[in-house]
Amino acid sequence: MSDITGTALLTHSAGLHARPTLKLTMLAKTFAAKIEVAAKPEGPWIDAKSVVRVMAMKVPKGVTLNIRANGDKAEEAVAAIIALVNRDFDEGAEGEKAAHG
Amino acid sequence: MSSNVGIVIVSHSPKVAEGAADMVRQMVGAEVPVAWTGGNPDGGLGTSVPAIIEAIDKAWSESGVAILVDLGGAETNSEMAVEMLDAERQSKVVICNAPIVEGAVIAAAEAASGATLDLVKKTAEELSPQ
Repeated sequence: MSDITGTALLTHSAGLHARPTLKLTMLAKTFAAKIEVAAKPEGPWIDAKSVVRVMAMKVPKGVTLNIRANGDKAEEAVAAIIALVNRDFDEGAEGEKAAHG
Repeated sequence: MSSNVGIVIVSHSPKVAEGAADMVRQMVGAEVPVAWTGGNPDGGLGTSVPAIIEAIDKAWSESGVAILVDLGGAETNSEMAVEMLDAERQSKVVICNAPIVEGAVIAAAEAASGATLDLVKKTAEELSPQ
């Protein structure tokens, strides 16, 4: 099975910090497929289900996040993660005020 | 009600324990049972074995309970509390070697996905320097 890939521009003011990372990894964990993210198209690819490893990427605002998935419902998984990033992790302007982490 | 692993936070300071529990609820959500305890009965800093047992009861899940502790007595009193549980429950309670606040949030995030107690502990412990 080949990888499903996608990209999404991170617009969250704090980048991929604590709360956005938690939302991304918890969403990733709802899928059985192997899902990875990278700050650059060439990698390194990080397990999207690991809060610790995704947080350690320290991806800042303005970076285009690369997403790839392989396995059951891989297409849905990539679409769901892109949608989450594009929704600004459901935080928007209100969330930004409190987003220090 | 929940079969997700529960989280217990044991700090010398009730404010630290309650604050860490707030972070778990707000960042992870209500699908993971969380309980906290901190301070001694006189209102000072400390931890108490009966209060830890109470917190374990509150966060109890058939999938088990992961305890996050801060310093010294929080760990030894938690070990003592676990030893006072009956044998069957003892085997379902672990103390994580992880920073209390970050460990609680990350353990809860793992627990929310329905992970086993072993995996919850392992994920929290990824935070500690190897």
